[in-house]
Amino acid sequence: MTVHGLTLDIVQMVLVTIVAAATPLMIAALGELVAERAGVLNLGVEGMMVLGAAAGFAVAVETGSTFVGAVAGAGAGLALSALFGLLTVVLSANQVASGLAMTILGLGLSGLVGASYVGLKRDPAPHLALPGLTDLPGLGRLLFGQDGFVYLAFALAAGVSWFLWRTRAGLILRAIGDDHTATHALGLQVRRVRFRAVLFGGACAGLAGAYLSLSYTPFWAPAMTAGRGWIALALVVFASWRPFRVLAGALLFGGATVLQLNAQAAGLGLPGQALSALPYLATILALVLLSLGRRRGGSLAPAALGRVFTPHR
Amino acid sequence: MAPVVPPARTEGPTPLFGAYGIVKRFGAFTANDGVDLEIRAGEIHALLGENGAGKSTLMKILYGLLEPTEGVVTHRGDVVRLAHPETARALGIGMVFQHFSLCENLTVAENIALVMPKGLGGRALKARIAAVGTTYGLHLDPDRPVWSLSAGERQRIEIIRCLLQDPKLVILDEPTSVLTPGEAELLFTVLERLRDEGRALLYISHRLDEVRRLCSRATILRGGRVVGACDPRAETARSLAALMVGAQVGAVTAPAGVATGPERLVLSGLTLPAPGLHGTALDGISLSVRGGEIVGLAGIAGNGQAELFDALSGETLAPEPGMVRFDGVESGRLGITARRRGGAGFVPEERNGHGAVPTLSLSANAILSRHATARLSRFGVLRRAAAKALARDVVAAFDVRKAGPDPAAGTLSGGNLQKYLMGREILAEPGILVVNQPTWGVDALAAAHIRQALLDLAARGAAVLVISQDLDELFAITGRIAVLHHGTLSPAAPAAETTREALGLRMGGAAPAEDPVTGAPDHAREAAHAH
Repeated sequence: MTVHGLTLDIVQMVLVTIVAAATPLMIAALGELVAERAGVLNLGVEGMMVLGAAAGFAVAVETGSTFVGAVAGAGAGLALSALFGLLTVVLSANQVASGLAMTILGLGLSGLVGASYVGLKRDPAPHLALPGLTDLPGLGRLLFGQDGFVYLAFALAAGVSWFLWRTRAGLILRAIGDDHTATHALGLQVRRVRFRAVLFGGACAGLAGAYLSLSYTPFWAPAMTAGRGWIALALVVFASWRPFRVLAGALLFGGATVLQLNAQAAGLGLPGQALSALPYLATILALVLLSLGRRRGGSLAPAALGRVFTPHR
Repeated sequence: MAPVVPPARTEGPTPLFGAYGIVKRFGAFTANDGVDLEIRAGEIHALLGENGAGKSTLMKILYGLLEPTEGVVTHRGDVVRLAHPETARALGIGMVFQHFSLCENLTVAENIALVMPKGLGGRALKARIAAVGTTYGLHLDPDRPVWSLSAGERQRIEIIRCLLQDPKLVILDEPTSVLTPGEAELLFTVLERLRDEGRALLYISHRLDEVRRLCSRATILRGGRVVGACDPRAETARSLAALMVGAQVGAVTAPAGVATGPERLVLSGLTLPAPGLHGTALDGISLSVRGGEIVGLAGIAGNGQAELFDALSGETLAPEPGMVRFDGVESGRLGITARRRGGAGFVPEERNGHGAVPTLSLSANAILSRHATARLSRFGVLRRAAAKALARDVVAAFDVRKAGPDPAAGTLSGGNLQKYLMGREILAEPGILVVNQPTWGVDALAAAHIRQALLDLAARGAAVLVISQDLDELFAITGRIAVLHHGTLSPAAPAAETTREALGLRMGGAAPAEDPVTGAPDHAREAAHAH
C-alpha cells in the first residue's frame, strides 16, 4: 500500500515537472497563435520572452511583488511587440527580417535591464494550497498545487479558442489572416486587428518569460529562455494553429525537455542534444503528416501568414 | 446613331441614389472627372466603359471604399457621406465584387457572417442563408469551405451576402466575367427578379450583349468622364462600343486570298497523355500553318487548348521530335529557348503568372522571354540598358499605357499588359507565332490593336496560330479555322466557307467525324466538310 502510494507520488512529481516545463511554451505559443491567425509571423517571440524574463524579475525584486513582476514582464513583451507591429503592420516591413531583429534586440535589452540583478534570488511564485485537496495523494499537487501561471495558461487556451471560434471579433481576425485583400475590400480594419493581435502575442511572450524568472527558476540569468521562444514558434505549427493542440504539444515538448534532463542525469546513452532536437523533429513530422491529409485543397496555415499588407491608395 | 445626351437631372421623382460632380484624383492622375450618375429604384442601370475608364473608382466611392476628392453622393435627395463600407451597407448599398472578396479557408456561413450585423450568428444565420437560397434559387451548403466551391458558387455567396442585408441598391462589378454561360443565365434570372422587387441595380460591364439584354439605362464613361447616357435596348452593340471607345471599333483589315507561303508550323499526329486529373489528353493532332496566314483554333475552354499550347511552346515535350516541326526543323523535343532561337514566339493565355511575372518590371519581363533572341545578356550578365530599350520600343510600338518609366507588370491593366506581351513577341519578328486567347478580358480598342498587329505580322510572312474562344475574333482575322474538341482537332476549314453554326456544332462534338483528320490544306475537301 505504501509502495503503491510512493510510485503514485513519483509519477505525480514527474508530471508536475512536465507541466512546469510546458507552461512557458503554452503561454508564448498561444500568443503567437493569435498573431499568426491574424496573418503576422512574429519571429521575435524569443526576444520578447527574454525581455519579459529580465523586466519581470527586476520589477519583482524592486517591488517585492510577483504579481507586479509578472505584469511588468507582459508589459515589456508588449512594448517590444509594439515596435514589431509598427514595423510590420504599419510600415509594411518584411516580417521575417523584423522578427529576427526583435529577437536580437530583445536579447540585448534584457542583458541591459537584468545586468544588476544577476545572481539575486527570490522565492518562487506562490503555489495554490487548498486544505484537503492539495494534499490528496497522487493528484493533489498536480491539480491543486500549481502556481497562478499554470492555471492562467490553461485558461488562456480555453479563452483563445472561445475567442477565435465563438466571437465575431475572432471570426474577423481569422478572416484577415486568411485574405487581407478580401477583408479590406469588405471594410474590415486589417491593420488595426493585426496590430492588436501582435500586441497580444507580445504580452503573452513577455508573460511566459516572466514565468521563467519568477517561478520556473526564480532568478535572472542572461539568455535564460534558452530557445524556448523558438520552440513556441514550432509548437504553433505543430498544433496546426489550434489552441488545444498547443496544450497537448506543449506537454509533449515539455516532456521531451524533462526527459532530456533526466536522461543526462541518468547517464543514458542518448546524447542530450539529440533529445533537445526532438521537438523540432516532431514539428517537421507533424507538418508532413498534416499536409498529407490536406491533398484535396485549402490551406492549413492562415493563408496570408507572413504576407505584407499594403492597402492600395 | 447613338444619341449622346447629358445625364438628365430633372426628369422623374428623386432618384434613390445620386452622385454629382464626382472627382477623384490619385496624385496627378484623375480617375473620375466630374461624374454625374442617378440610379432609380426598380431599374438595372449599366455603367459602361473600357478598362481604366473610371468605373471601378466610381463604384468604390459608392460603396464607401474611397472618398471622392470633390462631389457629393445623395440618398433620396439627401447628401450622405460614405466614409466606410459599413455606412454604405447601412444605407442599403450592397456589392458583388468582381474579384470575390471571400476568404478561401472559411466556410460559406463564416464568410457571410463577416459583414452581418452583430448578434446574428450560428443557427439563425444558416436558416436565413437557406431561406434566401430557396427564394432566389441560389442553393449553397453553409458549412462548405470556400476553396472547395466553383466560381459560380462563390458568386452565389457574394450575392446572398448582399441580399441578406436587404439592399436597396446592388452594385455588380463585371459579374459574368468568371461564369460559365449556364451560371450567367441563372444570374440574369436572379437580377431580373431583384429588379422586379423594386431594387436598383448598378451593372458594371463591358459585355455589350448582356447590357442590352438586362439594362434599361446606361451611363457611359470614357477617360473618367461621362460621355453619354442612353437606353441600351435601343442601341446596337456597335453603337455602344463606339460610345465607349470614342472611335470606330473592330475595323481590322481582313486577309485577302489564300496563303501560298511555305509550311512553317507543322504538327503531325501529336499525341500526349493528360497532364493531370483535370487535364485533357491530345490525340493525334495534325495541322499545318503556312507563312502569311493566320489559322484559328476554336473550341470550348478545357478541350485541350492549354495542353496544345504547352506542347507548341515546349513547356511539354512531345514524345517524338517529328511531331512538332518549325520551319522544317524537328522541334518536338526542343526546349522553349531553343524553339525561340529557331524563330518561334509564344503568348500564353494567363497574363499574370504565365506570360509575365507581375512583381517584376516590364524590362525584366522582356528579359524573361527575349534573353536569347534579343541579346539581353552577355556572358551571363544582364544588359539592363538593352532590356529597358527593348521595353521602351514595345511600349511605343503597341501604345502601352502605364505609370512610370519601368513599372511592375502587375500594375498595368489587363489590356495594356496583353499589348505589352504581344509586342514583346512580335518585335522579335517571329516566323511562327502561337497565341492563346489574345484578347481575353481586353477592351475593344486594345483588342482591335492586337488583332491588327497579328494581321500585319502574317502579312510579313509569318505563320500565326490563334487559339481563341471568341468566334467573332476568329472570323475577323483568320484564314482557316479548326476546332479542338476533347483533345482532337478537326481539319481546318477556310473561314470564308464555314459558318458559326458549323463551328458551334463541332465545338459541341456533334459534327460527323468520318474524315481522317489531316492537317494538309486540302481546301476543297475541307470546304465540303464544313458544309
